Amino acid sequence: MTELKNKLTVSASPHVRSKATTQGIMLDVIIALCPALIASGVLFGLRAIAVSAVCVGVCVISEYVARKVMKRSNTIADLSAVVTGLLLAFNLPSGVPLWIAAIGSVAAIVIIKQFFGGIGQNFINPALGARIILLTSFPSEMAKWEAPLSWKTQVVTTASPLASMYNESKQFTTENLPSLTDMLLGNRAGCLGEVCAAALILGGLYLIIRKVISPVIPLTFIGTVGVFMAIKSGFDMTFVLYQLLSGGLLLGAIFMATDYTTSPISFKGKIIYGIGCGLIASLIRCFGNLPEGVSFAIVLMNILVPHIENLTTPKPFGSVKEKKEKKVKEDKAS
Amino acid sequence: MAEKKSLGKEFTKGLIKENPVLRLVLGTCPTLAVTTSVSSAVGMGLSATAVLVCSNIVISLLRKVIPPKVRIPAYIVVIASFVTIVQMVVKAFLPDLNDKLGVYLPLIVVNCIILGRAEAFAGKNKVLPSAVDGLGMGVGFTIALCCMGLVRETLGSGTFLSGVSSINNGSGLAIPFLSQHPMLIFVLAPGGFFVFGLLMACANKLAEEKGLPKAVLHGCENCPMAKSCTIKEKENCASGEEVAK
Repeated sequence: MTELKNKLTVSASPHVRSKATTQGIMLDVIIALCPALIASGVLFGLRAIAVSAVCVGVCVISEYVARKVMKRSNTIADLSAVVTGLLLAFNLPSGVPLWIAAIGSVAAIVIIKQFFGGIGQNFINPALGARIILLTSFPSEMAKWEAPLSWKTQVVTTASPLASMYNESKQFTTENLPSLTDMLLGNRAGCLGEVCAAALILGGLYLIIRKVISPVIPLTFIGTVGVFMAIKSGFDMTFVLYQLLSGGLLLGAIFMATDYTTSPISFKGKIIYGIGCGLIASLIRCFGNLPEGVSFAIVLMNILVPHIENLTTPKPFGSVKEKKEKKVKEDKAS
Repeated sequence: MAEKKSLGKEFTKGLIKENPVLRLVLGTCPTLAVTTSVSSAVGMGLSATAVLVCSNIVISLLRKVIPPKVRIPAYIVVIASFVTIVQMVVKAFLPDLNDKLGVYLPLIVVNCIILGRAEAFAGKNKVLPSAVDGLGMGVGFTIALCCMGLVRETLGSGTFLSGVSSINNGSGLAIPFLSQHPMLIFVLAPGGFFVFGLLMACANKLAEEKGLPKAVLHGCENCPMAKSCTIKEKENCASGEEVAK
């Protein structure tokens, strides 16, 4: 009897625990963001690193202060504030004044994250929420695109590819656009983290291999945009590729739309969410007033996530719908 | 003496405890629409207060004459007459304010605060308490609007008291730095919602410190108006049933 006791541990469920911790997952995300961070440093110089440092620093400090003021346990050790800071920095142009980056960081952490209950409770992605607040508040400062590699000699401001994609008669033209290789490597104007597509894809692959994110959302998101743009342009593949590589599509699809708190859990839900994101982003790009719509698309779908979850709740194995049960009973009775 | 004390209470309850905007969540439409500057917020608050006090007095006077079945149309008629008077006065003496408030001035007719106080208080209380209640609620409404206007104007356009023609020809005092980099979101609708939510949180915090229940958006439990609410007693009230269960 004593032997048996030693062999069997009797405890309440859960019996199988994963070793994954919030800190570990966030560390993986930070590692995955590193290639893009390095690329932004190479392309936009020290200014890019300064913007990133300010965002991360202010995010961590405001998380610490907010938790302290609200008398809650401290959560800066889970590194989620660092990820938010990095993602926010990646969504800012390199020419942005540093105080605007700081305001954005405070808004992301205090208003969007902590006021709604902290990590796991935010209703939209904090970094994207902050980007939208900044975009509506400071439209001119948020469009200070700098030409890549110009920091070595003299900083030149320029238009981003999405804005210079069409000529005066609103026809697609590659005249003013960087070559597709440049688009892939990041030799183009844009926000810090979104320019180097190769680095983003590298980071995304790392996350998928480490099973931090599932590839469903990025693939459906990017796929929907691709199909939409192909249909819109009559299957002009250069146009489709430029659309996929420009703007914040890759950054948004890989790193922002896959945020655990604000994306659906079930497979079906993920597909609906990804397609919704892609559709809204494409509609804004093609028919909206703004050149870029990825951030708005993700935030709008973030808000819909609870409803998507309700619609796509998986059925427990072996369960039968109530109505059917009643019918079976009636049949038996008759 | 006891009478006086309770009158004081009728007045002060409108400031924090039963603040119409921040605690009862009434009249949110003008709250979000006209608080882009302090001056229009004050204008709106004072016009609504004037209507509120006058309509409370008249409805209280008529409370035994108005048949309960048609009380809402009767209240609306009384309120609408006072709104018309106020609108004419504003048009005549403060045409700038009239332009700024636009459609929201005549819309005071359907302001929930005024109808709500008529229904919940003036319809079953004596004249003097009703007048004081209206004044307290009006002042509470004005304070809430001013707070929102102050935050939204200083951060959103970097000015203070713009629209007052005696200061800088109506452009208001420019606040250094903020006026060069206004945060436009604060004068837009989303900023209004943000500030509204944060102010409600502050009011809840203040009320909590005084030991009052939190404001809730559904159900009769914890509702600051529960005391004066008559619907609860009837059986067909859904939220009342929930509480009873």
